[in-house]
Amino acid sequence: MPDTRNAIDVRNAVKRYGSFTALQSITLSIRDNEFFTLLGPSGCGKTTLLRMIAGFEDVTEGEIFLFGEEIENLPPHQRPVNTVFQNYALFPHMTIEENVMFGLEMRGSSRDAARKKACEMLELVQLTPFSARKPSQLSGGQQQRVALARALAPQPKVLLLDEPLSALDLKLRQAMRSELKSIQRETGITFTFVTHDQEEALTMSDRIAVMSAGRLQQLGEARDIYERPVNRFVADFIGETNLLDARLEAVDASVATCRLGNGLTLECDAIGNARPGADVHISIRPERMTLAAANGDPWRGTVKENIFVGTDVQTVVQLQGGIALTVRTQNSAAGVATILDPGTEVAITVEAGAARMLED
Amino acid sequence: MAGAAATGGSARSNTYASARNWLLLPSWAVLCIFVLAPVAMMLVYSFLTKEFRGGVIWEFTLAAYDQFFFDRGLFGDEPARIDWTYILIFWRSIWQAGLATLLALLIGFPTAYFIATRPARTRTVWVFLITIPYWVNLLIRTVSMKFLLRDQGPLNDFLLATGLIDDPIRIINTNAAVQIGLFYSYLPFMVLPIYASVERYNFALSEAAADLYASKWTTLRRIVIPSVRPGIIAGCILVFVPSLGAFLAPDLLGGAKNFMIGSLIEEQFKGNAGNWPFGAAASMILLTLVLVILMFLARQQARADREATP
Repeated sequence: MPDTRNAIDVRNAVKRYGSFTALQSITLSIRDNEFFTLLGPSGCGKTTLLRMIAGFEDVTEGEIFLFGEEIENLPPHQRPVNTVFQNYALFPHMTIEENVMFGLEMRGSSRDAARKKACEMLELVQLTPFSARKPSQLSGGQQQRVALARALAPQPKVLLLDEPLSALDLKLRQAMRSELKSIQRETGITFTFVTHDQEEALTMSDRIAVMSAGRLQQLGEARDIYERPVNRFVADFIGETNLLDARLEAVDASVATCRLGNGLTLECDAIGNARPGADVHISIRPERMTLAAANGDPWRGTVKENIFVGTDVQTVVQLQGGIALTVRTQNSAAGVATILDPGTEVAITVEAGAARMLED
Repeated sequence: MAGAAATGGSARSNTYASARNWLLLPSWAVLCIFVLAPVAMMLVYSFLTKEFRGGVIWEFTLAAYDQFFFDRGLFGDEPARIDWTYILIFWRSIWQAGLATLLALLIGFPTAYFIATRPARTRTVWVFLITIPYWVNLLIRTVSMKFLLRDQGPLNDFLLATGLIDDPIRIINTNAAVQIGLFYSYLPFMVLPIYASVERYNFALSEAAADLYASKWTTLRRIVIPSVRPGIIAGCILVFVPSLGAFLAPDLLGGAKNFMIGSLIEEQFKGNAGNWPFGAAASMILLTLVLVILMFLARQQARADREATP
């Protein structure tokens, strides 16, 4: 029996199109009141999963529960969840107010009650002066907020958002992030958000499910996923990282010693059940290493290039054995002082706990 | 330098403007020769005096219009009474054409919707199938329809064989036959514009409606139909207007009792018994009627367009 406190429970959900499997047995729970994000590259199945929750796609196998109630066989108009569509899908022949009223009327509200509620919703998204306009008379950002108001108006148990910010320009997208987050807090409605933008996911979500190739790769809080990725895909997809091939030398209690191809060794937390001698991967975030003038340390190399990226400077350092590492240095007085010209020898310090061992 | 460039630019746009007038000349010529001239000719003829063996005498008179609306007795010396004969024929034609349009819409809309929702590759096949009958002349198709609907025709044979009826039903020479004929003749004109609209329809809107608790029927009524209204209006015009003036289907399938405007006008120009001014007057009245209906629909369409794009 599923936990009735969970907003959504997906149990072994499989989606096949003919012989193609879009989702391979997904099991996950979305808690009540949380901002939950399905994150992954295009084609990973995140939108398919969202559409299965909304009811637009059949579930080939498995179950979906909404607060403990099985819903995977209900048609979309009988599921108390609402969707904010990627291209908004506002009704072009209706005014903004009529758009927002639509769901309320369909649920049996009187016109007056619907109008009153629509008014509140338009206030929430700051579009009150536009209520009599048609969608085509609004900018993309405004249309986006109408779509949000329309989906929120019937007070769904869960709000589904299908890449709602992808059609907006950068500035607007960043503004909408905090607005979405605050609306979520204000309304207390569970948000399930689909995106391929890891920055969006990291900044807004309470928890993130990283998906790839129809599989759930990792589920956790933003910090957890960034700091402790479980595999190469997650480490690479979320943020930037240096991925190195290594061999597990020894495991002592919780500390694993790994040897890189060029003979250098690193200590990291032991995870999984890899035995000494196994091939593993190491992920080191560029901002978790620092540069210094060359000394006798074995962790040294030659600066290949410095790339200025505004807030940081990325330095590519060539180590022996064909290994290149990218190090990020903050663009501050103290940071800039450590940056050396290409061709010079530098020493690299890897922060304690920065190296993460990955099995696959 | 900048000034010279600006002058050059405006000189070029002038060149385009004069070229445009020349390039439009062929279309203006076609319009004048094939549309405006015949209509003007009809307008003039409708005010002329009839010649008894067809043709006209160049003498101005309102006799043709008078004959259409008023009855002044056999010798034309009685006080004028409104003559309902021709008005009734018009009324019956409008009724018939309206009914045929409605029938075409009821069958055409689901057909168009069905085609537009097929995968892109099979869509063209369906559209092709819809247009195939148009490779055969309308007269031949209407005659074939007559054969199909006969008392001993394939339709009755089929119905008898299935046991649905015990005696052949009389279809030919009834209003129903005219309906079937008109419906069959003009159905593609309903299907194709609606198909074009539905194909452009954003089906995410239907999903959004379902997401907002609308049933399939409500979605169709409140979202789909308003969105494809331009196609529906275009289809209705394209079926209604030719149905109104049709004479093949009423003549061949409706028999003598189901006279329509088209047949009435056609007879005025046939052989020696005709009355050219009267035929021209009836044509002008029909044209006026159609224009009024079209203007009304065009206004509706303009309103719908304004709503879709500001």
